Amino acid sequence: MSERVLDKTYYADYAKPLWRRTLINRESAIVVLLFAVIITACTTVPNFAETITIYHILQNYFTALMLALPMCLVMITGDIDISVGSMVGLSCSLTGVVYNAGGPLEVGMLCGIAVGLLGGLVNGLLVTRIGLPALAVTLGTMALFRGLAVGMLGTTTVTKFPENWTMIPQLEITGTGIPVVMIFYVLLAGVFVWLLHFTTFGRGIYAIGLNAQAATFSGVNSGRTRTIAFVLAGGLAGLGGVYWTLLRGVARGDTGDGLELQVIAAIVLGGVSVFGGVGTIWGSIAGVLLIGTLANALQVVGITADIIKIITGGLLIAAVLAGSLITWINNRRAKLDRLSTDGD
Amino acid sequence: MSQAPTLQLRDVSKHFGQVTALASGSIELYPGSIHALIGENGAGKSTLVKIIAGLYHRDSGEFLFEGKPVDFKSTAESKAAGIAVIYQEPTLFPDLSVTENVFMGRQPVNRFFRINRSAMRAEVVQLMERLGVGLDPDRPTRGLSIADQQIIEIAKAISLDAKVLIMDEPTAALSGVEVERLFAVARQLRDEGRALMFISHRFNEVFSLCDTVTVMRDGNYVSTVAIKDTNEHQLVTQMVGREVTSLFPKLDTEVGETVLEVHGLNSPGVFADIDLHVDAGEIVGLSGLVGAGRSEVARAIFGVDPYTDGQVQLLGKPLPARNPAAAMAAGIGFVPEDRRQQGLVMQNPIATNITDAIRGSLVKRGVITHKAENAAAQIWAHNLEVKTASLDAKAETLSGGNQQKVVLAKWLASNPKLLIIDEPTRGIDVGTKSEVHRRMSQLAKEGMAILMISSELPEVLGMADRVYVMHEGRITAELSRDEATPESVMYAATHSSVPAPAAVEIEVTETIVETGK
Repeated sequence: MSERVLDKTYYADYAKPLWRRTLINRESAIVVLLFAVIITACTTVPNFAETITIYHILQNYFTALMLALPMCLVMITGDIDISVGSMVGLSCSLTGVVYNAGGPLEVGMLCGIAVGLLGGLVNGLLVTRIGLPALAVTLGTMALFRGLAVGMLGTTTVTKFPENWTMIPQLEITGTGIPVVMIFYVLLAGVFVWLLHFTTFGRGIYAIGLNAQAATFSGVNSGRTRTIAFVLAGGLAGLGGVYWTLLRGVARGDTGDGLELQVIAAIVLGGVSVFGGVGTIWGSIAGVLLIGTLANALQVVGITADIIKIITGGLLIAAVLAGSLITWINNRRAKLDRLSTDGD
Repeated sequence: MSQAPTLQLRDVSKHFGQVTALASGSIELYPGSIHALIGENGAGKSTLVKIIAGLYHRDSGEFLFEGKPVDFKSTAESKAAGIAVIYQEPTLFPDLSVTENVFMGRQPVNRFFRINRSAMRAEVVQLMERLGVGLDPDRPTRGLSIADQQIIEIAKAISLDAKVLIMDEPTAALSGVEVERLFAVARQLRDEGRALMFISHRFNEVFSLCDTVTVMRDGNYVSTVAIKDTNEHQLVTQMVGREVTSLFPKLDTEVGETVLEVHGLNSPGVFADIDLHVDAGEIVGLSGLVGAGRSEVARAIFGVDPYTDGQVQLLGKPLPARNPAAAMAAGIGFVPEDRRQQGLVMQNPIATNITDAIRGSLVKRGVITHKAENAAAQIWAHNLEVKTASLDAKAETLSGGNQQKVVLAKWLASNPKLLIIDEPTRGIDVGTKSEVHRRMSQLAKEGMAILMISSELPEVLGMADRVYVMHEGRITAELSRDEATPESVMYAATHSSVPAPAAVEIEVTETIVETGK
């Protein structure tokens, strides 16, 4: 049959109006919750509504915000990377070791980023080439990288980094409380939004997560796509390690301990499915900001760290529960719709 | 029939909101009988089965089991009453043994609540003997063929002493030999006095197995007749409510240049020495029994599966192995066998699925938008008359026939020079089926080269200009349209080398009977 050019549209592009598609979803719910937390905190927590609060939250969650971006990609393909926290530590240690050995800090930082990229590549190749499960591989490399990070420095810690570098994370966009490094972050997030939501690469990521076989049959190079996601996660973990080194002015082997779970929890809260195929960049970012704001507000009112953990953990479970409840309702609806077109 | 029916449905209906899935369904199943239920997709067959199985609750009408009115609220209740349903693709626990699968959820226990394994095993051994099937009771069910998995489901039904056994399209994924074995088992169960119901799209199966047939159309009961009093033409007419002139309308075409050439393709243990070519304007059939390696060859040509040596050429240019993207770029479209697992991303919108193969061309200034995808999908959904309200509906919400149209749309959108279609009409209704055939024929007429794999012999004979027949991984015959008959194709499909066709016919029947045991 020959291709006909349409002079009219035969199908509606969308079943629901724009406002329902954009507002009635998991991501919007998290954004609403985020604003609710911010407003509540601003009105009830003393001294919360200050620029210094923004400054602290963004400074402390900068690495988590960065890692949320590639982790979102990794998890949508159906994989997971729990070695990112250790890679942050490894990058931090290596930066310190190179600097301690007399190399310029710039070289140390590049080594830190490079080791992250390399670690991500190792994860990616083990998962895609050899076909091992991502959870098992990164569980292994999590221990491996952490061991290297701690062993490399031994009992020493490296300090006294040049101030022209360590001051960078401290810079603030005057009067706003927003750290200058956030400008870089906004650009980075823009790149990830483009990658995931506006490229064929991104469409491939979703397809792999939903049905890897069908993706292969549509010409998606699943191995390469998944490896790239792991390499991005590694590279940004490397950058995160450098950031921590500069922020604290110290290179320590335990840097980034537990960060992977914090990031995964936040993006799952932001709507990324642990089964793959579902999630967005903006949802992931909102998830990290929500956890960050909540933890900070609770901390300011004097709630101890253990209680904060309990609260954020409970919130995650509640969000996942709400999510599956919505899925359940939607599925029931879809089932009824299906019967309307296919009574068979 | 003098006996009382085991199961009776009278004027049963089922609505979902505004939608009527079943307007008026009626059926009577008698002990010692195999009853066929036929109808197009959407006729309400599956809804009827689901009501019997206790999955749905009817809105109105009568449901009698062994003469008494029943009201099943769950599948457990219908099972307990003695109704077993065997679906097209059984859902077993792959890592558990055959025995454990048969007794899942009702393992016999001894005094200390310890599972009585020996009793379980003994019963399964006995069941397998009774069914005449040599299945090892201790092996895990992973890796068993669908035919064997169905046998396990049947064994389960017998051990539950099911009085009614319903088989919903059980033969769709079976080879000829496996179908024969299933039928032998079904006849045995019939002779034991059970009531069987059989749903199939294949008339030859209905005529060889069943004694009674009920036709449904658009959610309504149409007729019930004894098999011996009807014929295929009459049934098809009742199913579609109109005269169907020809199921396979293949137009004559002018054969052009060679599009696909395959030389000496090998994959150890899968296929060997595959030589074939497909020319522009030609529909070439690749026939053979399930497991002969047909789909594997197609997948290797497209680059999804590997091959160790040999070459694939498209329009004279060699294609790299294991690279579907390169095959697509060179102009191959591939409609795979399993549309749910391979053809579609079921949870993605229709628009995304339709544009899956042409997405690269929709990128403008490095950006691809849903708007661009929708615009492209609009055209192809309309061309293929996909029935949907909106393009963002998920593919899983469509019926089988419409899903197949989406897969076709996806590949036709890429404007391929060679279209490989693996089982073009599996599991879709008669109307959509002839629509797909008409389109294939039209595409060939417009100069596309088509390689078609099909397990349905009438489809191969009706559609193909030329037929390659495979047996155990090798091409055993290349037949022209005139040479291809049910006998010649079936002979090549069951023999490794092809002697003079003169002595063939008698041997064919023998072979089928032998392997059918």
